Amino acid sequence: MTTVDRTPTDWDGEAMRRRIRRRYAAERRFRLVGLAAILVSIGFLAFLLVTMMANGIRGFSQTEIRVDLDPASAQSVAAGHFEAALRDEAALLSAGAWLRLRQSGARQGAVWLPASTEIDMAAKGDGAADAERAYRELQREERVRTRVNLGFLTGADATDPTLVGIWGAFKGSLLTMLVTLALAFPIGVLSAVYLEEYAPRNRWTDMIEVSINNLAAVPSIIFGLLGLAVFLNVMHLPRSAPLVGGLTLALMTMPVIVIAGRNAIKSVPPSIRDAALGVGASRIQVVFHHVLPLALPGILTGTIIGMARALGETAPLLMIGMRAFVATPPGGFSDPASVLPVQIFLWSDEVSRGFVEKTSAAIIVLLAFLLAMNGLAIYLRNKFERRW
Amino acid sequence: MSIAAAVLLVIGLGLVAWLSARARAAAFAGPGKARAHSLPGQHGWYVALWTVLPALLFLAVWNNLSGNLIFTQVMASPEAQSLPAFDMQRRAILREAYALATGQAETAFNPQAHALAPVYERAIGFYSWVGLAVALLVAFAGGAWAFSRVSPGFRARTRVERTVMAALLLASLIAVLTTLGIVLSLLFESLRFFSMVSPLEFLFGLNWTPQTAIRADQAGSSGAFGAIPLFWGTIFIGAIIAMLVAIPLGLMSAIYLTQYASPTLRSWLKPMLEILAGVPTVVYGYFAALTVAPAVRDLGLSLGIPSSTESALAAGLVMGIMIIPFVSSMADDSIAAVPQAMRDGSLAMGATTSETIRKVLVPAALPGVVGGVLLAVSRAIGETMIVVMAAGLAANLTANPFASVTTVTTQIVQLLTGDQEFDSPKTLAAFALGLVLFLVTLALNVVALRVVKKYREAYE
Repeated sequence: MTTVDRTPTDWDGEAMRRRIRRRYAAERRFRLVGLAAILVSIGFLAFLLVTMMANGIRGFSQTEIRVDLDPASAQSVAAGHFEAALRDEAALLSAGAWLRLRQSGARQGAVWLPASTEIDMAAKGDGAADAERAYRELQREERVRTRVNLGFLTGADATDPTLVGIWGAFKGSLLTMLVTLALAFPIGVLSAVYLEEYAPRNRWTDMIEVSINNLAAVPSIIFGLLGLAVFLNVMHLPRSAPLVGGLTLALMTMPVIVIAGRNAIKSVPPSIRDAALGVGASRIQVVFHHVLPLALPGILTGTIIGMARALGETAPLLMIGMRAFVATPPGGFSDPASVLPVQIFLWSDEVSRGFVEKTSAAIIVLLAFLLAMNGLAIYLRNKFERRW
Repeated sequence: MSIAAAVLLVIGLGLVAWLSARARAAAFAGPGKARAHSLPGQHGWYVALWTVLPALLFLAVWNNLSGNLIFTQVMASPEAQSLPAFDMQRRAILREAYALATGQAETAFNPQAHALAPVYERAIGFYSWVGLAVALLVAFAGGAWAFSRVSPGFRARTRVERTVMAALLLASLIAVLTTLGIVLSLLFESLRFFSMVSPLEFLFGLNWTPQTAIRADQAGSSGAFGAIPLFWGTIFIGAIIAMLVAIPLGLMSAIYLTQYASPTLRSWLKPMLEILAGVPTVVYGYFAALTVAPAVRDLGLSLGIPSSTESALAAGLVMGIMIIPFVSSMADDSIAAVPQAMRDGSLAMGATTSETIRKVLVPAALPGVVGGVLLAVSRAIGETMIVVMAAGLAANLTANPFASVTTVTTQIVQLLTGDQEFDSPKTLAAFALGLVLFLVTLALNVVALRVVKKYREAYE
């Protein structure tokens, strides 16, 4: 039989103190590692945003060069030969400068025209040596200035980085989102209502639930394959159109709305339903007059988050051919269009260095919109959310 | 008269029907009169539904039918007699004439199209007016019949509510239809692919060179469709490198946020992590290609390892960062689900917070964390834009993270953009890859959800 050592622990002894110190040090280390992990993640986010900002902010400005139309050039301009009029300065000017000259209506004297990509880069402190020299020359002659690039906010895609604009892609995104919202929101809300309020517990309902939960986890590119196989190859809808893009994204967004909608409806307390039934409302009236209005803020929050995700989605749209070069903003739902994320993807593939800042500028526009949408969702949630 | 205008007109009629039926039903009510079964608004809805639904149904059918009718009328016209008998040429002319007639084109390549255009225009005009007239007639007939049934004893509410229920059921069936559509379209195209390339070669082949199959005379026989390098690339980037970044960072973030951070700090840090999840993948992809990839290549070269600009490491790192908030929120949920009593018990025994976390909370939450990681893996391997922009196209079978590998999603994008001939195995291979991707993500999700659910039950 062993004897139990009953001497009390010496809490103040040297060994015990060392042990406690070691354990507390481990505690501090662990805590620091946790803090470091989260700081690394957020630092990465900050790094990403700062990089995009630093690159992109320059995309919103444009270098312009003053061209003095001499009598010979003025003559060419009067005859409608705009390109000929600018021949002497062609190396310094953007390939589309003559278009600007035509639009400006100037016939003689001095006009300000967009500079070529090389000069533009030099003006932003990032140019090659000879462009740098040409830029300093221009600066000495006081022939350069920097202006806000309005063309970037109002134009569409182009081959020359000094001429590109974001409006075409933005309008494409808007039209696509409109189709998505018009389809995904009603269908999503109605399915959520059915599944949460009316569906009998049977195999069919289980099947619907399982497929909605699975759809929410299917990679987005699979929806693109579905769109390609069904909307383009079977139904022969136009390629690259906001209609098809919107349909595809609607299928992708709908499960998100259904899940958010079900949670919102579930959080409405049963007493509301019982009270309405008690005063003689029918089951449809209970839902449409009482439950749905109370659940609406939650449903809207989920819808906005789903739409924000759809707005940033690229891969399924590439599958249905939305990567064409579209130089005019789309006029309707079946016109060829581009959308913001796809435009970013296309510009990122361009070789010309002038596209780097344009891509980042487009990213800023996209992020600003997503942030605004998410901000709206958070605002709605905070303002209207009720705890029962 | 476009179809949209016809739809608007019918809906306008529906509004009129709703108002008039409601007014008529409102006349039943009032003191001293018989009590009506349904409210005036419900009568209104009943009549409006009868006005709008049959007419819209007709318009939908007509929209599909009228193309054939127009075609028959055009072919019967004297101008069409001179059309060439050769089918392809004839169809080209007809298509041009159609474009002219609808104003999509201003000039036609073929002079015969100009002669046919007015015929087309007449036929289109005639049939669209017929369609509109019939649609309005249907709307009126339906509305009038329903209106005649409006009476105090009529059970409008029951009927309207039955329609609403049908609409609800239909809406929720769309999810099933979508799933079915995905499975069927992927299966169908994959079966066509597998009739050209053996499934065994596809699943176990080590050589992926789909490009050669584009030569028409050798279609199907020459391209190599061994997808193992793609599967390896996908696992290497999505399940190994990305998870090596995301699991420690995500798990530690979740632990810090739930166990250490003060509520104020938490309310600032958590939304910032969520922003990380909200950044579109194309932005991550651009960032990976522009900033991370060159840095990774320089690092690799300075270490003396053969490196490529499109390295697996760059894509995997950025993908890992993208997944952090996902892992973090899953871990957050499962740690929060561990009963408070277990934590209190451990602390009461004298364990420090970190000891409690490491020895009690994390082991207890492990099934949930594992489930979350499986979901994260399924998200990562389905991710497209980061790998399309930052990973390469070379199908290498290598474990060097600085080398270029390609993934399933990259290849799908690569195969389906650019020139497409729909019957070549090159295009169909994309659907086979899609099927594999779909099945794998589905399996991962099912397993993950089962693990999470089982574990939740254990503590309830």
